[in-house]
Amino acid sequence: MTGGDWRLPPQPGEVIDRSRTVRFTFNGTAYVGHPGDTIASALAACGVRVFSRSFKYHRPRGILTAGWLDPNLMVQVGDDPNVRAGHRLVADGLDVRSQDTWPSLAFDVKAANQLVGRYLSAGFYYKTFIRPARLWPAYEAVLKRFVHGGQIDIDTPHRQHDKTYHHADVVVAGGGPAGMAAALAAAEGGTGVVLVDEDHDLGGHWRWDPEQASALLELRDAVRAHPRISAYTDSVVIGRYDGNWLGIVVRSPDGAERLVKSRAKVLVVTPGLIERPLVFAGNDRPGVMLGTAVRRLVNLYAVKPGTRAVVQTANAHGDAVVEDLRRAGVEIADVLDARQGRLVSAVHGRRGVESVEVAGGDRIEADLLVVSTGWTAPTSLLNMAGNRPVYDPEAARFFPGPLPQDVLVAGGLAGDGDAKQLTEHAAAVGAEAARRAASTARRMAAVPTRPDDAAALAVDEVEVPIPDLARHAHPELYRTTTHGFLDFSEDVSSKDLHQAVQEGYDSAELAKRYSTATMGPLQGKLETVNAVAAVAEALGSTIADTGTTTWRPPYAPTTLGALAGRSLEPVRVSPMQDWHQAHGAVPLVAGAWIRPDHYGDPVAEVRNVRTNVGIIDVTPLGKLDLRGPGVPDLLELLYVNKWRQLAIGGVRYGVMCAEDGVVFDDGVTGRLGPEHYLMSTTSGGAAAVWEWVENWLQTGGRGWAAHCTPVTTAYASINVAGPHARELLSRLTELDLTAESFGYMQVRVATVAGIDDVVVWRIGFTGELSYELHVPAGYGQHVWEALLTAGADLGVAPFGIEAQRILRLEKGHFIVGQDTDGLTQGFSAELDWAIKLDKADFAGAPELRWQHERGPITRLVALQPLEESSVPPEASQIVTERTEIIGRITSSRHSPTLDRSICLAQLLTEHAVAGSVVRVLTPDGKIVEARVCEQLAHYDPEGGRARA
Amino acid sequence: MLDCPFCGPRNVGEFAHLGEVVARPDPRTATPAQWRDYLYVRDNVAGVVRERWLHRAGCRKFFDAVRDTTDNTVHETVALTAGEGAGS
Repeated sequence: MTGGDWRLPPQPGEVIDRSRTVRFTFNGTAYVGHPGDTIASALAACGVRVFSRSFKYHRPRGILTAGWLDPNLMVQVGDDPNVRAGHRLVADGLDVRSQDTWPSLAFDVKAANQLVGRYLSAGFYYKTFIRPARLWPAYEAVLKRFVHGGQIDIDTPHRQHDKTYHHADVVVAGGGPAGMAAALAAAEGGTGVVLVDEDHDLGGHWRWDPEQASALLELRDAVRAHPRISAYTDSVVIGRYDGNWLGIVVRSPDGAERLVKSRAKVLVVTPGLIERPLVFAGNDRPGVMLGTAVRRLVNLYAVKPGTRAVVQTANAHGDAVVEDLRRAGVEIADVLDARQGRLVSAVHGRRGVESVEVAGGDRIEADLLVVSTGWTAPTSLLNMAGNRPVYDPEAARFFPGPLPQDVLVAGGLAGDGDAKQLTEHAAAVGAEAARRAASTARRMAAVPTRPDDAAALAVDEVEVPIPDLARHAHPELYRTTTHGFLDFSEDVSSKDLHQAVQEGYDSAELAKRYSTATMGPLQGKLETVNAVAAVAEALGSTIADTGTTTWRPPYAPTTLGALAGRSLEPVRVSPMQDWHQAHGAVPLVAGAWIRPDHYGDPVAEVRNVRTNVGIIDVTPLGKLDLRGPGVPDLLELLYVNKWRQLAIGGVRYGVMCAEDGVVFDDGVTGRLGPEHYLMSTTSGGAAAVWEWVENWLQTGGRGWAAHCTPVTTAYASINVAGPHARELLSRLTELDLTAESFGYMQVRVATVAGIDDVVVWRIGFTGELSYELHVPAGYGQHVWEALLTAGADLGVAPFGIEAQRILRLEKGHFIVGQDTDGLTQGFSAELDWAIKLDKADFAGAPELRWQHERGPITRLVALQPLEESSVPPEASQIVTERTEIIGRITSSRHSPTLDRSICLAQLLTEHAVAGSVVRVLTPDGKIVEARVCEQLAHYDPEGGRARA
Repeated sequence: MLDCPFCGPRNVGEFAHLGEVVARPDPRTATPAQWRDYLYVRDNVAGVVRERWLHRAGCRKFFDAVRDTTDNTVHETVALTAGEGAGS
């Protein structure tokens, strides 16, 4: 057990609780920290300097930024890989391990990579491990050991990731001083504010700035106390989409992520600035860290970062870092001020910094080199809003370009100044954000139909004046006099970028992809500007002219589970579903519907329908109630056949084609009254046909007086089929069911089983005498049970979808989408009898006319395999002797009624010759010969049974 | 957000985008080439387009929008009157 030898006395802004300790292990060794420590700060307090090994060259790596964006602090915590040790708080019992360090962090065999480094330069995987090809399995086995990242445990229990909405008037992305000031001003302006910050607490860089301690407390307390501000810490805005549609990822202490979706009227972007590493030889050695790392370690965690330091500075931040180091008792060996032209050229040392070489010759002994030489503006969210950032060479960073009306910027992203100037600017931005949000709210609340909208919108629209921010000059500093690491995660050096440009990858986008620079877990936040500078240097151009790569969501790496959320699948069931389930129905998933496939023995169900009587629940059948004098015109347009002569009480079968002549849907439509029709569609097509009908009514320009109401779920539908169907139904209704009174293809409205307004159709998908009852849905189960009770002595039994499919196949009735596909035009579905080309106009008419002129290319036929027990699988191809495809099986079953196999198929017309034999190629390679039948119906081709 | 002419501004996820508004040729006189243009060919401009939308999860009305495809700004949404639409 090692103690905190590097822990400093209490610091004014520290976030650790010294009264308690936390025990955890790192690579099996026990360590002690305090609540509030990150894993990295607790380990650093115990003197740990090497945290990981790098990706390609397996170089030892230490703290670089000490925060979320530290590329060297990715560790495995329990079964969680790629945890950021610079952010994750310690907790009792954590099992922390370094990643990708075999056999150990201390001694890494793969460091031998360094010796062959020149073969591992940019794009090496395009050039190496290619020949001989027979060694690819060996290459793969070796390369797998070198793949970066932690371990996945496939037995890890699944997490539940919840999603929620939190729509806000103003969302402020970034909770530093500017963000807090903007949020407060916006809230004071009367709007609701969501404030998002990636760190454990609000405050941004003021948290480690002792000079701002009291200002921070005041501002943060005000924000926390304000009723209209909701602050999400440990959270990040991962994307901004059209209309300020935002994704916010909220992280819990153990790393679980949840997604909050927000439509913000105004987005204020205040991410601050990200300190950028400097490129020079040895810049990745443990002991080289950014100024921000030192400020965090000393001020937040009271950790001494080293004993003897050299500071490379180019700005006021570096000056503040020197003060922090002095306060921490670190000896300052030298301060290299780039503003005076003094630059580090190299760092030497095997396992960490041992000496710092200054450009010009001096070598200074030190174990710590702190670098504060530049800032990167994180413009990602602005880029996602369509903004093109503009590089300012004087200030040496990018600034936002012109912004859309609903996005504002404050803080370091907008410009420079002292604390007062920046917070005043941010407050003005917040007030303006509130004004714009209120203006948007008024506009959205003005419902167009109200006559006094104009008055509501005429408000004082004077913008809040936002002060200008200065842009302080900053030396343009990316690389000193040597080459060094530019992307720590991908082990890409500035030399690799130069080489990429030399090889012809001479733009930022190309060089990025070829070298993989910026493509690591930091997504370029520490790397992009240096990479662009390297490319510009290699091209002899400027950063402004070279441009940057495109920033896309997500802004931060996001767990897939958070994006997926919970799996919520609604299902639709008929009112009789409980009965089906209780009576052994095997469920069939049909879109969102759960339907009974069968009740244990579909073959018995088929026999019962043909012999006695069966009932089937067909509630999902699409039903549209059509009213008005214009309905016959509508039907003439939608269907391929004629409808104007349909009498009241009559039913006609119709087929709909789309405008390309392809069969779209079919069903029966009945006339219930002078201007009242009821249309049925396929179950799967119910929604699509409703939309099709509405499209013609609303946009067809015909001006028909016709109205459509979907009643699919208003009725529970039961089909009663079989020789005893008339007898059974007569026991439950006064309706005259004699053949003379209620013939085939007729419809009536009657009282059945005591229920009024039941629509009774005499139709026949199964080919038996059958009545389809459309019962007001609430009474569906009652009528279902009444039928079963009344028909017990008749042998009534329920039948399911599977039995229905067999019954209809025996009759040769096609199913749209099963026996037809997306290319089957009307005349290819044996619908010659239905398509009335002499009609003035109907959907798809021109294409059907041309198909008729050409002759259809394929035809729908019935097939019977010569071997009666052979049931070729559906979708089996039909082939010639030379294995050319001439068709396929679309439906195929064994028929209990005929005791043989029966099929429907699509065949090229020239092969669709009745009596001829075709060859069906089954998926297991066998040939089944089948005879083409004279008509589609295998059973009762005259249709006498349905017309009984 | 999309401004439904009947419901006001609603989340765009409530709507179905149905594509450029194209006139239906006269089915009695159109040539196959003209009919297939109507079925399949679109101008696909980088600029302002008039297109058909449906408020599928709302009032279920079809309407037109005038949208700039280069920056996704919807300039206006237009309720269809009885005589309008592709078929007129």
